[in-house]
Amino acid sequence: MDRQPVVRVEHLSKHFGQGTARVDALVDIDMEVYPGQVVGLMGPSGSGKTTLLHCIACILEPSGGRITLDGDVVYDGRWLKADLRRLRLEKIGFIFQYPNLLPFLDGSDNVAIAMQLMGMSAAASRTRAIELLDYLEVGHRKHATPRQLSGGEAQRVAIARALANRPRIILADEPTAPLDSVRARIVMDLLRRIAVEQSAAVIVVTHDEMILDRFDHIFRLRDGRLVLEPAAAATAAPAAVI
Amino acid sequence: MNLAYRDIKHNLLRFVLTNFGLSLLLGIVVMITGVYGGLIDDALRQARAAGADLWVVEAGTNGPFAESSRISGDTRELVSRVYGIERAGSVTYQNMQIEIGGRPLRMYLVGFEPGRPGGPRQLVAGREILRSHYEIIVDRSTGLSLGQEVGLGARGHKFTVVGLTRDAVTSSGDAVGYITLRDAQQLQFELAPPASRREKARGAQGEANDQINAVIAKVSPNVRADEVAAALSRWKHLTALTQEQQETLLSKYVIERARKQQGLIMVLLVIVSAVIIALIIYTLTMDKVRSIATLKFVGAPDRTIVGMIVQQALSMGIFGYFTGLALVLIFKPYFPRRLVLDLESVSIVFAITIVVCLLASTLGIRLALKVDPAEALASSG
Repeated sequence: MDRQPVVRVEHLSKHFGQGTARVDALVDIDMEVYPGQVVGLMGPSGSGKTTLLHCIACILEPSGGRITLDGDVVYDGRWLKADLRRLRLEKIGFIFQYPNLLPFLDGSDNVAIAMQLMGMSAAASRTRAIELLDYLEVGHRKHATPRQLSGGEAQRVAIARALANRPRIILADEPTAPLDSVRARIVMDLLRRIAVEQSAAVIVVTHDEMILDRFDHIFRLRDGRLVLEPAAAATAAPAAVI
Repeated sequence: MNLAYRDIKHNLLRFVLTNFGLSLLLGIVVMITGVYGGLIDDALRQARAAGADLWVVEAGTNGPFAESSRISGDTRELVSRVYGIERAGSVTYQNMQIEIGGRPLRMYLVGFEPGRPGGPRQLVAGREILRSHYEIIVDRSTGLSLGQEVGLGARGHKFTVVGLTRDAVTSSGDAVGYITLRDAQQLQFELAPPASRREKARGAQGEANDQINAVIAKVSPNVRADEVAAALSRWKHLTALTQEQQETLLSKYVIERARKQQGLIMVLLVIVSAVIIALIIYTLTMDKVRSIATLKFVGAPDRTIVGMIVQQALSMGIFGYFTGLALVLIFKPYFPRRLVLDLESVSIVFAITIVVCLLASTLGIRLALKVDPAEALASSG
């Protein structure tokens, strides 16, 4: 395992409102996630886990602290990168609770779009999209529109899109919520496999107690404050590289 | 990957139905353009049909179309002798309403001297007028056919249709008919028998009246028309107008109100179209807010999203415009008045449509640019 964390959050804080209406959503958060690690972000509703994920995904500006992604300091009291969308495109893969696929694109194009936004040619991006879909065992559904896909299939297409640009950071917001327990475990095993194969850091927000054994570490949040707990178990990852 | 095309393809039926409605609206814009063009073309055609270089009319008038003009029948002889005049012909103009098969038919009768300027330009069927009396050449829009007889005047003289013209109509859309000058003068001045008897009892002289409305003159190729007009205007009882002046009178003044009215309708329709296109694009963008948020979230730059909206707006405009144009061209023959759609006016309407689409898309673009990428997360529950 590399000694350099892929995600480093230092003294991160986020508050909403001012004066008596002020709500501290995150208070002095410190966390590090290393390559190949799969960590869980857990906590009751309103504990700040989604806010923390949004800050790491660079879609919500923190109120203070420092965020370093893949060795680059992206936030230090202010955003240090002008083009945060480009940053997300290059470094972050995001898996939504619901697949959020573009309804007007078929499975392979939903994956290829992320690569084409990076400047990859249509042919090359489509080839890699199909490879990714095959890898996630949903290649046979490459021509299906999101409406024609089952929940599990759509989620795997969404994972393929998140992996398209080989991101070092994968953020997942309750990816197993719409899935049954068997499929939830399959998705978690898949994320672990990707983390190992791509040396990526995977941060998963979840309420699902059934998948706790799939995390290396679990960060529990309470009232915007973080409590680090050891993982229940670590699972081995397959050796294939994509 | 063309996102606009993919989205249209995905919602093809909705796109087609929405655009069909839009095409009807744009079709009306094209139609009004055609009516506008027809109005001007008809007005000019009326003056151009005579093939004149000069119009000699009553002094101090802008006749014979903009104002009434009455000059004596021997003016043509006078005009013919002026230096630079190659040919001249007397003409009269009068409106007439007759009944054919129980249906009213309005006609604009031109009396001319066969073989001299002022007659019909080109026939599409039949022949020229060869007899001195009771032959008529009419526009085919009258529905009359060759050999058919029509009763004209207070005494219902039977005129036989010997020739047909095409698109010979006045600025008010009435079909033009050509008869000999003598017949025209007779129709203009003769009275119904009871009225004639009363006039004779009053001691009035006969009904013959050698009055005409204008003399149409062709100028020699080597002489300037305005110089001849200036020479003719030295006679105090006459005014000479060049063809250019006559066309200006017709296109600018005679039909000015109608022209302005149609221009205003066209402007209003363009505004209505712009509002409707803007609302359609706004609604389509509203439907895509989640997709736009997702695109932004995964890293799509604004230009990709703006491009998608602009391309869809342009697709709508182009589809709507050409469908509208096709509908107008299909139904053009059934319009009661002529529609004139020349390449220039059609191109201008197309350019306006494109500009309107671009302007209308700004509403959707504003909405899209305001979409927060975090909405992709919020929508995920």
